Amino acid sequence: MKPDLSINFAGIKAPNPFWLASAPPTNSGYQIMKAFDAGWGGAVWKTLGVPVINVSSRYGSINYRDTRMAGFNNIELITDRPLADNLKEIEEVKKYFPDHAVIASLMVETKAEWHQIIKDVENAGADGIELNFGCPHGMCERGMGSAVGQEPSVLKTIVEWVMEVAQVPVITKLTPNISHIVDPGLAAVQGGTNALSLINTVKSIVGIDLDTFAPYPVVDGKGTNGGYCGPAVKPIALEMVKELAKHPEIMNTPISGIGGIETWRDAVEFILLGAGSLQVCTAVMHYGFDIVREMKSGLEEFMIDKGFNTIEDFRGKALPNVTEWKHLNLKHKVVAEIDSDKCVGCDLCYIACDDGAHQAIRIPEDNENRIPEIIEENCVGCNLCSLVCPVEECITMVDRPYEGEPITWHDRTEAGTIPTTFDDDRAGGKHHFVPTVQDALKHRN
Amino acid sequence: MSEYKKPNTTEEFEKNFSQKKPLMNPTEAYFESSRCLTCYDAPCIQACPTGIDIPLFIKQIQTKNLTGSARTIYSSNWLGNACGTICPTGVLCEGACVYNHQDVPPIQIGRLQNYATSMAIKQEKRLFTAGQDNGRKVAIIGSGPAGIACACELRTMGYSVDIYEAKSKPSGLTLHGIAAYKITNEEVTEELDFLTNQLGLNFICNHAIESKEQLLSLESTYDAIFLGVGIGPTRSLALEGEEKENVVGAVEFIEELREKQESMSIGKKVVVIGGGNTAMDAASQSARLGAEKVTLAYRRDKESMGAYDFEYKLAISAGVDSLFRAQPVAIVGDEKATGVEFVQTESIDGKLGYKADSEFIVEADLIIKATGQAKCLPLLNLIDQLDLDQRNKIIVNENFQCTNPQYFAGGDAVNGGAEVVNAAFEGKQAALGIEAWLNNKQS
Ligand SMILES: Cc1cc2nc3c(=O)[nH]c(=O)nc-3n(C[C@H](O)[C@H](O)[C@H](O)COP(=O)(O)OP(=O)(O)OC[C@H]3O[C@@H](n4cnc5c(N)ncnc54)[C@H](O)[C@@H]3O)c2cc1C
Ligand SMILES: Cc1cc2nc3c(=O)[nH]c(=O)nc-3n(C[C@H](O)[C@H](O)[C@H](O)COP(=O)(O)O)c2cc1C
Ligand code: SF4
Ligand code: SF4
Ligand code: SF4
Repeated sequence: MKPDLSINFAGIKAPNPFWLASAPPTNSGYQIMKAFDAGWGGAVWKTLGVPVINVSSRYGSINYRDTRMAGFNNIELITDRPLADNLKEIEEVKKYFPDHAVIASLMVETKAEWHQIIKDVENAGADGIELNFGCPHGMCERGMGSAVGQEPSVLKTIVEWVMEVAQVPVITKLTPNISHIVDPGLAAVQGGTNALSLINTVKSIVGIDLDTFAPYPVVDGKGTNGGYCGPAVKPIALEMVKELAKHPEIMNTPISGIGGIETWRDAVEFILLGAGSLQVCTAVMHYGFDIVREMKSGLEEFMIDKGFNTIEDFRGKALPNVTEWKHLNLKHKVVAEIDSDKCVGCDLCYIACDDGAHQAIRIPEDNENRIPEIIEENCVGCNLCSLVCPVEECITMVDRPYEGEPITWHDRTEAGTIPTTFDDDRAGGKHHFVPTVQDALKHRN
Repeated sequence: MSEYKKPNTTEEFEKNFSQKKPLMNPTEAYFESSRCLTCYDAPCIQACPTGIDIPLFIKQIQTKNLTGSARTIYSSNWLGNACGTICPTGVLCEGACVYNHQDVPPIQIGRLQNYATSMAIKQEKRLFTAGQDNGRKVAIIGSGPAGIACACELRTMGYSVDIYEAKSKPSGLTLHGIAAYKITNEEVTEELDFLTNQLGLNFICNHAIESKEQLLSLESTYDAIFLGVGIGPTRSLALEGEEKENVVGAVEFIEELREKQESMSIGKKVVVIGGGNTAMDAASQSARLGAEKVTLAYRRDKESMGAYDFEYKLAISAGVDSLFRAQPVAIVGDEKATGVEFVQTESIDGKLGYKADSEFIVEADLIIKATGQAKCLPLLNLIDQLDLDQRNKIIVNENFQCTNPQYFAGGDAVNGGAEVVNAAFEGKQAALGIEAWLNNKQS
């Protein structure tokens, strides 16, 4: 009765969609075997390619309050272990785990180098190849990584070189450091790639040492921009996955979702936006391989709950609901409601609304418990109060009925009823009062 | 002087016996679960006698996978819900939480465990299925935590299981021994119903196994027999006047209290004799029932008490007075007991001695003996080749198999009286032991 988590991603089969992203957790056969043993379905080997040297002091992070590594940043390069060692270990891992996906991530320069390394990893038994066009530091200064990913025409040429010889499925990994993700995505598809994966890391500086005036991670008093990843980048990744999954010329190409995946919820979100496999780096660097158990358990319970038997049953199910702004119903109305039994009187909602939004919350004067009230006619339904409220299910956004049929900006454009004056019922000045300018200083007297 | 008024209504009873570890609300669960560090090879897991994967179930709460969380808990501990509120977590999982090392309050593991399982129970989530009938039959004697855990585990493997219970209701001491401020009767019943509905547990209540004939019949009907009989009634003190009606055993006193709740009567002056956790519970609950003066009398000094420090503090905070170095020598009074005569003790070279001419009387209209339990010898002595150790604990091997190989045992009867969580572990292990033994016999 357990749902079937197995996938066939562009011809690469795996017992489940959880793969390790190409990064330190996939540095060695030891790690990958340990990961498969813990329950991971696949692994993209740490990028193989030209010889490199790494620096000491390599990672930095954003600690948001007591949450460590809410965002993570690195200035590490591709693998610094000899190619021969990696090839030998790929072969060995495949011997022990023939049904798990082992994908070799590659990054070299010339056509001849590409052809050679593809042959090498195929001989070692890799089930697929991932082209790393993402690394936003170091490698790009040498004309590789994101330097390729940011030039769709160069990217397409390299994908074509690869497709000339590749016998196993090829995944092209994209960098998010570009304005329109569709450009490199489309170039890769036109070059013949079998699949896409994204995102690689986002160019970043995570912080500055206030004593030495150098950016983290500091290397002998200096630093450089790094690549950002971890929970903080998930929204960027989700959006980019969606862009590709909805594009008519890309939508049939399988997408491996990467970026900030740590829990089953993150995984489900990527799948709902079209991802057919998932890759994880930072969460494993934080907690180790065992976290896959929480992800698998949650995914399974979700599927049981919703009656899905396979990943394909719900892959892309959110895509029809991601639309353009102009197709949103202008008449839809929600307002905030406070559950006064749960409210703890922190009044964060009040100050957020009064200073940061629409002056739609008041604190009654005779109110000892500090429980605020919503001024319904002023509430535009922005959600802000419900987002700042620290109590679970205390502020809920409740639907209010409206008259007539839904209408969108697009409908109004078609009907020629685009407003020429400010006519939003919910905006200040109409049904909604705006305090006078002087009200701001009332507290002084 | 006790802080509590005698409760006369259900509400007053619930107030005096308010739960020490009440159900968390979603906000508490959210913040508390977010705090867990997800330690590697976590010390909290090692400190849990059933080895629940604590960081995993907490993360599952954090990600709102409560069903998965309950599954994680029950896969290690068949009394996951009860244990969440009644385990002495301060000396188990929570005592081992790494936060203690930096004086940050440890994660409230017990309450989180209770939260996840309560949600599953309330929503009647289907977590278990009985295994396909494997044609094997096991009899379980005693429906306490050990018996229940053994039965559940066997059912998942496809065994047919009958549980014989002397009392009118299953659950053992969880229902009639644990202090009323740690768990309610409803909670115990709800968890048992949850397990019973999904696994089909067959309880045969009001059915004590007490004769050789009964045992022979069980031996010929069942492939194996599990002894989860606990350690029986309060042991006699062999004191003059002990038979008087207002002299009661702590276990019996608490059993009556759990059943009668606010209609339970209590004396004005209560003396509790003993220094273990049961004594603390009896004293604490006497005070909560509105006794005016409750005296806890122990024959050695405070440091020698077997009770956990937090249990002692709980009793003191309920208004209980303590009397150390007092050895009871007689129950005084004519028809009814009116007090206890003590003699002061002193330790001479580590041995207990009595001070000359130090006798004194403490007045009482209820005397509670919390001086250990008697063990179930009448039954155990009827079983052939069943070896007991010097303290009358059943001897078992690592599979919880007795010296008579058809018998397995676990819980208080084996460990001499520990916690529900130990009984839950041992009952489960015994089920696995039964499976291994029968498989081995077959092949
Ligand atoms: C006062 C008190 C307070 C406690 N407080 C706590 C606490 O806060 N937390 C905690 O974790 N643990 C506590 N414990 C310990 C805990 O209750 C026991 O460790 C646990 O219940 C042992 O489980 P068991 O299944 O071995 O035995 P029991 O729970 O004793 O169950 C044995 C069952 O077998 C039945 N039985 C016995 N003989 C026969 C027979 N011949 N035929 C048929 N049935 C029979 C009995 O009626 C009983 O139902 C407390 C114990 C006591 C006495
Ligand atoms: C230290 C570090 C090294 C990385 N090295 C590589 C690499 O060699 N090749 C590659 O394609 N991506 C590399 N990445 C990017 C990850 O594979 C992944 O795309 C990114 O971290 C986003 O996923 P996450 O949020 O789960 O970490 C690296 C990331 C980190 C943190
Ligand atoms: S994580 Fe390991 S390699 Fe890195 S600094 Fe610490 S000890 Fe050294
Ligand atoms: S933010 Fe929530 S808890 Fe705080 S005052 Fe507003 S409603 Fe109450
Ligand atoms: S020791 Fe404490 S912080 Fe660490 S996993 Fe256990 S409960 Fe969480």
